[in-house]
Amino acid sequence: MVYLDNNATTPIEPAVSEKMCWFLREHFGNPSSLYPIGREVKKLITEARETVADALGAMRSEIFFTGSGTESDNFAIYGIMNAFPEKNEFITSSIEHPAVIETASYLEKRGKKITFIPVDQYGNIDLEFLKKAISPKTALISIMYSNNELGTIEPIKEVVKIAKEKEVLVHTDAVQAFGKIPCNVNKLGVDLLSLSAHKIYGPKGIGSLYIRKGTKILPLICGGHQERNLRAGTENTAGIIALGEAVQIFQAKGDKDLKRIHKLADRLKKGIEERIPRVIFNGPEKNRVKSTLSFSFTGMEADAILLALASKEIYVSTGSACSEDSEEVSHVLSSIGLKPEVARSTLRLSLGRFNNDEDVSKVLSELPEIIEKLRKISGL
Amino acid sequence: MDNLVYLDHNATTPVDERVIKVMLPYFGKKYGNPSSIYKLANESDKAKEEAREKVAKLLHANSNEIVFTGSGTESDNYAVKGAAFANRKKGNRIITSSIEHHAVLNSCKWLEKQGFKVTYLGVDKHGLVNLDELRDAITDKTILISIMHANNEVGTIEPVKEIAEISRQNGILFHTDAVQTVGKLPIGVDDLSVDLLSLSGHKFYGPKGVGALYIRKGTRIDSLLHGGHHESNRRAGTENIPGIVGLGKAAEIAAKEFSEEGIKVRKLRDRLENGLIKKIDDVFINGHPDKRLPGTLNICIKYIEGEGMLLHLDHNGIAASSGSACTSASLQASHVLISMGLSHEVAHGSLRFSLGRNNTEQDIDKVIEVLPPIVEKLREMSPIKKR
Repeated sequence: MVYLDNNATTPIEPAVSEKMCWFLREHFGNPSSLYPIGREVKKLITEARETVADALGAMRSEIFFTGSGTESDNFAIYGIMNAFPEKNEFITSSIEHPAVIETASYLEKRGKKITFIPVDQYGNIDLEFLKKAISPKTALISIMYSNNELGTIEPIKEVVKIAKEKEVLVHTDAVQAFGKIPCNVNKLGVDLLSLSAHKIYGPKGIGSLYIRKGTKILPLICGGHQERNLRAGTENTAGIIALGEAVQIFQAKGDKDLKRIHKLADRLKKGIEERIPRVIFNGPEKNRVKSTLSFSFTGMEADAILLALASKEIYVSTGSACSEDSEEVSHVLSSIGLKPEVARSTLRLSLGRFNNDEDVSKVLSELPEIIEKLRKISGL
Repeated sequence: MDNLVYLDHNATTPVDERVIKVMLPYFGKKYGNPSSIYKLANESDKAKEEAREKVAKLLHANSNEIVFTGSGTESDNYAVKGAAFANRKKGNRIITSSIEHHAVLNSCKWLEKQGFKVTYLGVDKHGLVNLDELRDAITDKTILISIMHANNEVGTIEPVKEIAEISRQNGILFHTDAVQTVGKLPIGVDDLSVDLLSLSGHKFYGPKGVGALYIRKGTRIDSLLHGGHHESNRRAGTENIPGIVGLGKAAEIAAKEFSEEGIKVRKLRDRLENGLIKKIDDVFINGHPDKRLPGTLNICIKYIEGEGMLLHLDHNGIAASSGSACTSASLQASHVLISMGLSHEVAHGSLRFSLGRNNTEQDIDKVIEVLPPIVEKLREMSPIKKR
């Protein structure tokens, strides 16, 4: 099997999996309980929190565990918008993950004003547009750090600079960036940052939100005192421990492994462009999370290519996994100006830690043939 | 920890080995995202739908009425806030009780800030809500009633069937927080006639980090988490597949075993209750004498502090609690006991023992042996000891 859909989800690193299994058996205590089996779990959670904080250059007290990257995004946006009822404007971009776009739509239904910043053909947001969009009523700007479909890295530092002049808070959805590009919250200057474990070889069902110290925010999930009164509910303890472990592992592996993955991605990109005619690469050459490759195979239906690849045990995607079920064209691809028929011919290949040279070779030997065959059938 | 006598099952339960076993593959090779469309992903999707059927079966519901969440707390937030916002045009009044879990109480407080009006029904000395008081509280603006199935601290089982009947007659949605009863009591959503019901995996030998909300078909409710198309557009976010699979297995086991287990646990609980009453003076039981969860014993031991007793029990390898786990990190007196009419002083002297699947007679006898001398010692030092 060649798995090239690491932006949808990643395989769990075996060491993470082992740690989770150990934890599930040995540590069932509720961290809110005061006796030893509860306190031990609390200690392990604190260690995991410290690890995540370190990776972001943050303080432990600024890290809040959630149930997913989506929950982190919802928490950040609703939490800020509800904490500033006197400000009713929210600014985001047109290529955000549905977790941000749909949250914005719901806010709009409840009477908030939403502005979507447009992007250029590479997916870079329009900073001039952003400057003009900010008003004294703007409570929050949410721009993703890197896009899940294109890999485009957004100019978060510049966004923060613009926002700070007008005293507006900034959230970034770093779900696709964390573990792949530097995510130091102080260098970026963001107030809130979302991340998710299952995109960094950790388990599904656990995410985190960084909240800068002193930021006024209301909880999304109310109840007990967990997570400093900001995210109620008995903690997904095994998930938290696993997230900590996953972060530790990618930090230990460091740039060396990322460079290896980038090299594979470059080879795959070059190979596809050389071997397949009429292919368009979407996204920028530079300022991209290199492991993300988006190609349009003009005149074709991406679904047909995807199925043909799947029959060879090569797994890729046609858009983000979250919109896979729907018939709509990707909002990201239409935002960068692709016509619907071109958007529908687009495949995303996203590489990860467990890919190797053979995987790339296999795709390069299978894909051109598949494309040729399919184009013949449709008479193109 | 092998010798630990664990009597805090209302706080959390150990994960059943049978549950861990079915979760393991989803930590390893079966990592697909169920929203993707290739085979690896279909496996995850199929496992998720099988788990949904198992949970549905436990509740006698249809599987498309089950939505997976990240916790019982999230289910409560989703139910209460989601029903409130979706029905706001109809009215802005909500009725709940003063002894709900904080997940419901704090959701209601949050809604008050958003312009909703909430009535908090009182309870009698056993912790039962008064149905007449409920009837009186209903107005034509009432859109939701949320009353827990059984209380986590004292175990009192509320008359949810009657409450559901009253809700139905008045065209009001009814939610019940059944976190403490699912897997312990027989539950049929049609029999109870509820519209919304919350449950949590880790209270019945499943993992932490997964819960579910039953939503009766046709119920008007807004989502709490927005984003992708997961859970039929009702709860966004990539699903916690191993957690969901674990919850499904826990539900399957519970469906088969809860009734026998209830008999066993009740017998042990009664043994503990009788043993302690016999050996310690000036104690009384909090909660309803009969309408009570089979494994819950909340006992008030006068003149001393629950925290002190817990510490000593802890030294003897016995884990119990002085309130709900969610408030045990704080030193406030239990809002449940205060609502039942206990003074702060007396409420602070309460202990909760909650029994479970793996407890034995030896466990119980150890508590009956260890606790009386602890009480005696503490009472000797107590500034408020009896005179």
